[in-house]
Amino acid sequence: MVQKLDHLRETPSQTAGPYVHIGCTPNFAGIQGVFDDLGADPFPGEGDRITITGRVIDGFGTPIKDPMIETWQAGAGGTYGPGTRGWARIVTDPETGEWSLNTVKPGAADGQAPHIAVWIVARGINLGLNTRIYFPEDDHSADPLLSRVEHRHRAETLIAKATGPSAYAIDFVLQGANETLFLDI
Amino acid sequence: MQRWQMTERLIPRDLSAHPRAYAPDYKTSVSRSPNQPLLSFPTTQTEITGPTFGHDMIGQHDNNLILNFTGQPAIGERIIVHGRLMDEYARPLPGCLIEVWQANAGGRYRHKKDGYLAPLDPNFGGCGRTITDADGRYEFLTVRPGAYPWPNRANDWRPMHIHFSVFGHSFGQRLITQMYFEGDPLIARCPIVKTIEDQTQIDRLVAPLDMTMAQPLDCLAYKFDIVLRGRTQTRFENRPEGM
Repeated sequence: MVQKLDHLRETPSQTAGPYVHIGCTPNFAGIQGVFDDLGADPFPGEGDRITITGRVIDGFGTPIKDPMIETWQAGAGGTYGPGTRGWARIVTDPETGEWSLNTVKPGAADGQAPHIAVWIVARGINLGLNTRIYFPEDDHSADPLLSRVEHRHRAETLIAKATGPSAYAIDFVLQGANETLFLDI
Repeated sequence: MQRWQMTERLIPRDLSAHPRAYAPDYKTSVSRSPNQPLLSFPTTQTEITGPTFGHDMIGQHDNNLILNFTGQPAIGERIIVHGRLMDEYARPLPGCLIEVWQANAGGRYRHKKDGYLAPLDPNFGGCGRTITDADGRYEFLTVRPGAYPWPNRANDWRPMHIHFSVFGHSFGQRLITQMYFEGDPLIARCPIVKTIEDQTQIDRLVAPLDMTMAQPLDCLAYKFDIVLRGRTQTRFENRPEGM
């Protein structure tokens, strides 16, 4: 026999379910006057904005309409924080499933190419899904994460497309041939 | 010269502690579960940092679901839900945001997509939030949510539950889960509960009645402790150039 390790195990995840917005963005869910929705603007008062749009697409190829997405990123100078600076909560259009993030372009941090971390929860997702958004104009050759990806087409699922001046688009595909590369962070 | 360099990292996530992504008895998971393996990589600053929230953002009744919607009391069995937030090394996690949401005492959510027969309670919104104290403790006052039927298999019912959204100090610690109540016979029948294969992990989601915190002639109490991933350090041995 040996001594028993007394470490704890992580509490198991459960799906966020169909009513996640009641708890995380109550005003969006129609519950007004209790408290404000958090994460509406990741960089209040900071200029040079970019807009990223996209959808979360299920295994049938259909945009899902009930996810909640959170993003976390460095500021333009490549540093994280303080406080909630750099953190956003995104809801999708309940009719189309489209989402939009208005933010600043992150600077390079920690020897990594500029990127935004993404966490997706929804009904039917039992453990929140982590992924990243990279930008097409940046040099990705030395990025420690992208350089680990064996199949080039899998890495490309993380790179947004430029759709106009300061505008990008990326879909998160939960399943199928174009499945997004999800991360064990 | 310092012999070691240290960088902070998250303890790798033990996926066996969690539900499977694909769990066919929970039908919605079938088309929303990735097929491809997750990419594992060493922790970067992106995952070890995360948003932090100040106690000053919390209003007086934010953690009181009985009063925070209209100021008039909600209907139902009054309960305190409390516990400690800690990491895998049992270290308390102070200053962390916890958000909750739940159905009312009849099992109905205040949401346009919920059409269950049970009526809305005009004084119950169903959301609350708080920030853990210096010892990682938190507390909510609420009513016990009702069980309710949901469209899955022919006659599936959710056990009484409260949804928890939990922040640590790192974006990589982010967790959403559900708390169940000791003694509820619907727990063992629930296909969402059973997305977790390890029964000892299911048990971790069931809050016991805690009479030490129950208030005489006022309310019962349940204790729900939450463990997030731990943080530790990677050591790099310093080597002379060229070795």
